[in-house]
Amino acid sequence: MLQVIVQTAAAWVIPGFIFIVLVYAVVKKVDVFDAFVEGAQEGFATSVSLIPYLVAMLVSIGLLRASGALELLIKLLSPLLTRFNVPGEIIPLAIMRPLSGSGALGITAEILNAFGPDSFIGRLASTMQGSTDTTFFVLTVYFGSVGIRKTRHALTVGLLADLAAFIASIVICTLVFH
Amino acid sequence: MINLIWFAMIAIAFVTAALTGSIETFTDALFSSAEQAVSVVFSMVSIMTFWLGMMKIIEKSGFIEWIVKLLRPLSRLLFPRLPRNHPAMHAILMNMSANLLGMGNAATPFGLKAMQELQSINEDPQTASDEMCTFLAINTSALTLIPTTVVALRAASGSLYPTEIVGTTILATLCATTTAIILDKLIRGLTRRKRKRR
Repeated sequence: MLQVIVQTAAAWVIPGFIFIVLVYAVVKKVDVFDAFVEGAQEGFATSVSLIPYLVAMLVSIGLLRASGALELLIKLLSPLLTRFNVPGEIIPLAIMRPLSGSGALGITAEILNAFGPDSFIGRLASTMQGSTDTTFFVLTVYFGSVGIRKTRHALTVGLLADLAAFIASIVICTLVFH
Repeated sequence: MINLIWFAMIAIAFVTAALTGSIETFTDALFSSAEQAVSVVFSMVSIMTFWLGMMKIIEKSGFIEWIVKLLRPLSRLLFPRLPRNHPAMHAILMNMSANLLGMGNAATPFGLKAMQELQSINEDPQTASDEMCTFLAINTSALTLIPTTVVALRAASGSLYPTEIVGTTILATLCATTTAIILDKLIRGLTRRKRKRR
């Protein structure tokens, strides 16, 4: 039942939203085409201005992954985390999640294939993947787009929120699914 | 801070590659990551262009007023110093609505628009304002009601119940977002004072 609702909602939300917005605008006598083009004008310039920031960030993360440094970090942290009852299979995901969106999604897909999406580990990985965003990517893109250099406490807060999501996922999944 | 982190990441990668004898992967990874970054940006161009066009229609038609009214309790709590009809507030609320509705690819364009508007009222264009930090605290903790990507991934890998993680995800996200907002309010005073002393 929930599944039908969620899937239907996911399919309808964007078309429905756009339809309602356009009908409302036409009723309010807005020249929708002209307004659209006026707003859309900024899209290209804003996107392109992100290139230097994203190249810098994705290169450094790509190098960490390719050099094996991330794997090493996972190996070093694993014994420590398993002592706190963190399932060992989930640790690579927890470390990758704030760094690389595509990397984390790849790990989640691997976990779902290896353990099955309906296993405890599969459900835990899904919850973890969905409950936090790629902190480094978000900060790089958002601050980069306006040229902010001093990001104050944003990175600390972002990473601590990831940690909170990580702990909460384990606790909640253990309570609900175990 | 960012300069140090960036240097450390590359230095650690270099040392690890050198010690483990995988230095030849270094150059490959370097250029393939750079290429990946550019292709991410170009895949964003279409999305940015479309949603910024929609944003203009939403503002001009006054549709934004409904969203502002709907989310007023939230915006008053999170951004007490931001006037409720400022374009920055509009973009922030659109970003939050898109996130909540699971319209993932619409959230970034609205979010970047919000950053531009916040930057226009920022006293020091080099340094993040309080509002920017709060806004990013919410965005990095992925406030959402429908984790569409994960549900799709679970369905694709043959799950019998792809949506059974929706409830746990919403709870975990709420924990993360609450933590982020509380930490942001607690720490912002510290980083502000440090900035003034300099």
